[in-house]
Amino acid sequence: MEPFRQLKSRTLVMAAANIDTDQIIPARFLTTTTREGLGRELFRDWRYAPDGTPRGDFVLNRPEAAGCRILVAGRNFGCGSSREHAPWALLDYGIRAVISTEIADIFRSNALKNGLLPVIVEEAISEWLIGHPGTEVTLDVATRTLGLPGGALVRFPLEQFAQHCLLEGVDELGYLIAREAQIAAYERRHA
Amino acid sequence: MAAAARTLFDKVWQRHEVSAESAHAPAVLYVDLHLIHEVTSPQAFAVLRERGLKVRRPQRTLATMDHSTPTHTAQVFGGAPIAIDSAARQVAQLEKNCAEFGVELLALRHAQRGIVHVIGPELGLSQPGQTIVCGDSHTSTHGALGALAFGIGTTEVGHVLATQCLLQRKPKALALNVAGRLAAGVTAKDLILAIIGEIGVDGGTGHVIEYRGPGVQALDMEQRMTVCNMSIEAGARAGMIAPDETTYAYLAGRARAPRGAAWERALEDWRTLPTDAGARFEREVAFNADAVEPMITYGTNPGMVIPIGAPIPQRPDDEAFARALTYMGLTAGQPIKDQKVNVVFLGSCTNARLSDLRAAAGVLRGRRIARGLKMLVVPGSQEVKRQAETEGLDRVFLEAGAEWRESGCSMCLGMNGDLVGRGEYSVSTSNRNFEGRQGAGARTLLASPLTAAACAVTGRVTDPRELL
Repeated sequence: MEPFRQLKSRTLVMAAANIDTDQIIPARFLTTTTREGLGRELFRDWRYAPDGTPRGDFVLNRPEAAGCRILVAGRNFGCGSSREHAPWALLDYGIRAVISTEIADIFRSNALKNGLLPVIVEEAISEWLIGHPGTEVTLDVATRTLGLPGGALVRFPLEQFAQHCLLEGVDELGYLIAREAQIAAYERRHA
Repeated sequence: MAAAARTLFDKVWQRHEVSAESAHAPAVLYVDLHLIHEVTSPQAFAVLRERGLKVRRPQRTLATMDHSTPTHTAQVFGGAPIAIDSAARQVAQLEKNCAEFGVELLALRHAQRGIVHVIGPELGLSQPGQTIVCGDSHTSTHGALGALAFGIGTTEVGHVLATQCLLQRKPKALALNVAGRLAAGVTAKDLILAIIGEIGVDGGTGHVIEYRGPGVQALDMEQRMTVCNMSIEAGARAGMIAPDETTYAYLAGRARAPRGAAWERALEDWRTLPTDAGARFEREVAFNADAVEPMITYGTNPGMVIPIGAPIPQRPDDEAFARALTYMGLTAGQPIKDQKVNVVFLGSCTNARLSDLRAAAGVLRGRRIARGLKMLVVPGSQEVKRQAETEGLDRVFLEAGAEWRESGCSMCLGMNGDLVGRGEYSVSTSNRNFEGRQGAGARTLLASPLTAAACAVTGRVTDPRELL
């Protein structure tokens, strides 16, 4: 995993609440055995008409979407299935952070494991961001802050362990493998 | 004593802590049973290969195939190739991975194969007090037996394969206290849909729900599985029900449940699991089962649900609501009853167990499905299929004009060839009515097996109590 320290980007806004993982990446694209290439199918049925032509009114198809790496979304983003293909698709497309008032548990966990930063903000901040699409903001993992235009800094929750993994670009598997002695002791106690 | 009082969830959590959580690090939680399937495991095995790791406890892992597998008998047993090439490759990859890493696989033609959340309890593998995980959000189903069971992502599937452990922050506990009893014609599916309608699709986020009270104790095991299955549709991490005599009677004698002296020891242990009197939950919600009616969804998430006789709500200033109704082709303020139905799907990890098939067959016996309507009946496992055939339920479905298939996730999610067409209305016993879930442009109405069968007979949204 690449380290994640700071990110400065304009925002993409999808204001709808409850954007589920079936929208992010429909199930028919899950018959894959790799992680690559899912960005092509990100939001497939919102992004393209049935005949494959891009829908002009969808945010990802607008010229100003190019280069945006932060998605601002309505409440309860990523609800539904546990498919890690959802953060894989977002990352493959180029999104590195999602800002919302609430992010579904499994999606949040999957996102962190892949270096996609979940950012939870208060309702008022979310409303402002939704009302100002394309705003350039800064995310700083070390200080756990969202920097808004004009210099205002907003703290967001990020537990120490996840912060460490993001900053150092380390994954959890190494941490778990290093706990081998404790795991073996647990197994002996419960044999 | 009150200080020591613990919830069922506390007890199961604590006994699986390899190390407790701290300010600096999450808990290391030991996993008793890891279920894997073809869709969310290939990339995890790839990581093991890249890093030269083995599966730490292969005997704690069981693999099956269900999501992308076909349900046509010809493709399962008849020698016809799996129609979707990428699905065939996924199936072959799981076979290869299980052989290479020494994991038991209930492969496509295995007599015990089925939907992962149907076969775990059916085999007696899922037991009270266990931690159970699977790369599938409906793993919450197994909580019906008093296990802590939750869905994980593929990276975590790799963690469990390599270390038998997961890093987890402890969720909060939510008590859902259900008073009263369900009326005739009203099922566990209606109960859980009504609960989600009440608390919302994010009402359980960050929590493990314990369903409690007389309204839950009165449910049989398969009904309890339906309730716990949809915990994730309320955003909850898991759903649990305390084990009791109903649980023990269900498990006794199952193929992989303990036997003899081991059974007696297990029973003694399981009886210590239920929540202690005075234990604290972070949140409590009261619900009454008496007033629940047959429920049906009208929108694009499971919280958009109404009693079948009620009109579709009106929310004039809600853009997302309007968008959902546009997708569904439905009108605010209008009744959902008598809406034309094109497809009925009886299946999925929510409602494809023997009691679900019996309930639907009870409505269909001696009747025909409506002209032009397609009904798919997909048993939850090959064992459910055999039992249903022994009882003659397959004949009831076939004579009514429905299709009778091999087990699998089928039309619950459009990735195995079983699809609802664009713009078509499907009354489905599955768990998600998201846009495109059953196929691009498909319009899903979630309901119970009784309601689904009633809708199949009339070709319109119908209160099952009219046909009982």
